[in-house]
Amino acid sequence: MKHTETDSPTEGIDWQSEGSGTEMTRGDRLREIYERSVYEPGVVAWSDVRTRLGLIIIGFYILVGLVAELGLWRVPSTSQAPRLLGMFENWSYPFGTSSSGVDLAAAIIHSTPDILLMVLAGAVWATGVALLVGTVAGYKGGTVDSVLMSISDFVMAIPGLPLVIILAITFSPENPLFLGVILTINYWAGLGRSLRSQVLTIRENSYVEASRTMGTSTSRIIQKDIIPNLMPYVTVNFVFAARYTIFASVGLYYLGVLPYSTQTWGVTLSRAQDNGALFVADAAHWLIAPMIAIIGLSLGLILLGQGLDRVFNPRVRTRLAGESESVAGDEEETSTNQVM
Amino acid sequence: MVNYYVRRTARVFVTVLAVMTATFGLIRLLPGGPFSQLRASLLRQGVPAEQVNQQIQNLQNIRPDAPLHIQYVDYMASVLQLDLGTSISYSAPVADILARAVPWTVFIVVVSTVLMFAFGIVLGAVQAYWEGSKFDTIVSSISIAGMSVPFYVLAILLLLFFSYRWGLFPASGTADPNIDNTLSVAYFASVINHAVLPVAAYTITGIGAQALAMRGNSIQVLGEDFVKVARLRGLSDGRISTRYVARNAILPMYTGFLLLLGFRLGGTIILEQIFNYPGLGYYLFESLNANDYPLMMGTFLIITVALVIGVYVADLTYSKIDPRISAGDSSEAY
Repeated sequence: MKHTETDSPTEGIDWQSEGSGTEMTRGDRLREIYERSVYEPGVVAWSDVRTRLGLIIIGFYILVGLVAELGLWRVPSTSQAPRLLGMFENWSYPFGTSSSGVDLAAAIIHSTPDILLMVLAGAVWATGVALLVGTVAGYKGGTVDSVLMSISDFVMAIPGLPLVIILAITFSPENPLFLGVILTINYWAGLGRSLRSQVLTIRENSYVEASRTMGTSTSRIIQKDIIPNLMPYVTVNFVFAARYTIFASVGLYYLGVLPYSTQTWGVTLSRAQDNGALFVADAAHWLIAPMIAIIGLSLGLILLGQGLDRVFNPRVRTRLAGESESVAGDEEETSTNQVM
Repeated sequence: MVNYYVRRTARVFVTVLAVMTATFGLIRLLPGGPFSQLRASLLRQGVPAEQVNQQIQNLQNIRPDAPLHIQYVDYMASVLQLDLGTSISYSAPVADILARAVPWTVFIVVVSTVLMFAFGIVLGAVQAYWEGSKFDTIVSSISIAGMSVPFYVLAILLLLFFSYRWGLFPASGTADPNIDNTLSVAYFASVINHAVLPVAAYTITGIGAQALAMRGNSIQVLGEDFVKVARLRGLSDGRISTRYVARNAILPMYTGFLLLLGFRLGGTIILEQIFNYPGLGYYLFESLNANDYPLMMGTFLIITVALVIGVYVADLTYSKIDPRISAGDSSEAY
């Protein structure tokens, strides 16, 4: 994946690598790595509207998380505001208030840091395990391969949510990082399988064979020839795993099977429903507010995923690139995605 | 090929056995172990310990005082005879409850998944043909927006507007209880009326991802040499689009279907809860709330078995659909 596009390089990405020049060779190398793997893809990504929008939205959520962490917004508590204010009726309570006078904006803002941590943990875990299983099984082959694949088959045969619910009840995870891992406990299996089949295709490529003939070591082949070809796929699926984590966590908070200390988005949703927000016209905003938060974050993630897909995926570019870019190892759609 | 079918079928049994073992383990994993609550309350009521053990054994086919491996063998034997124990909260055999629940869940999941694929494939194919057009841009944007809405959010919104505000569709249940459960038109109409909202919520939120996947696949296939050759041969557009493009574009989506099935079966636990739709997910959740371990484990087992069978069928039919697969020995759908 060499990106030869070079338009509008200045906007947005200005941070410099720290090659200060005291040690020339090292600095140069760092700068080259930076150019190749951060700057150039960055420019390509930024030139796509969807990636830009996605990054802005996610940036906004991180900002909101910081607002909560730094205590810049009031902490949610009962009777802190007039009851059942509608949205934007009073600008100090932009999302309105609940029937017990909780500022909904505060409830949403203060659960953002936990959600972000959980999403990150879930996505890192799911893609990390998948990458490990996929590359090892795909490259090693033989017994290792069949053992790993049997395990994934078994894990895939267990429906996600029910298993997660039983585990959640068993461990009642309070820590957002641990919760993220539990939520994606069997998400890796499908992704690992498709990564494996990608490795199988890549490994047959002539340049890998060339490296092998030249006597390059296995670890170097995996590092230099195989992993770079998987990265686009992994990046895109990282985003999808993140989205799955949000959906699952909010869903389970909504069901009330996860322990909570703060009013997370899902808890707000279920409280609203319990208090009759479905029947009472004045309370509808109580349901809508957490929904906006959920949809916003996943929209940001999906836009980012779609944008990255566009940047990395030769499948989408074939029309433009014509025959010059022969596509190998793209038998599969880029995403294990489409869940939920 | 026969060899493959035998191997694949054997794997189904191995997986089901493994899942049964896992459920057995999970019962032990749950806080307090099985029935500790029930046992405590019975003992408090002055029921002799022996009788309590007897009662619990009847409930889950487990003798609490027997060594673990004997409990395990007993459990497996009774499950294989479709004896899943007795539900505590409904005081009825778990197998009976599940037999009533399974058809509803299968109905919802199958109908919504088929609809989702049908809409997604048609939309995606049209988009690919008109790539870059206004239609393409608009549908892509809607698809992305749709992908970011979790199904339960849409479900609540549908319930809010179509049921409570406008009263167009019923908010809960599978059919009008006043209509006899017979093969009459009125009963079917009622069933469909009750299923519209859950199916809609489950279908609409899934279309976007399928449309985008189909669009990507079709665009790639459209760029392939064999399509150009087909054009040069002067084949009709209809023939090219159905036989050459659609077939090759749909195939990779079939594999995604396998993964999807599991997530959609599992998702019913939230969906059915929202709509009070008494399927598997509904009972699983109810049993969790009531600490009804036999029902919980039975439901979990059934959902898993349904999934394993679904994947099995999909795997077997895959080689029928894709002739290239049956040629080689890599007969996996993945």
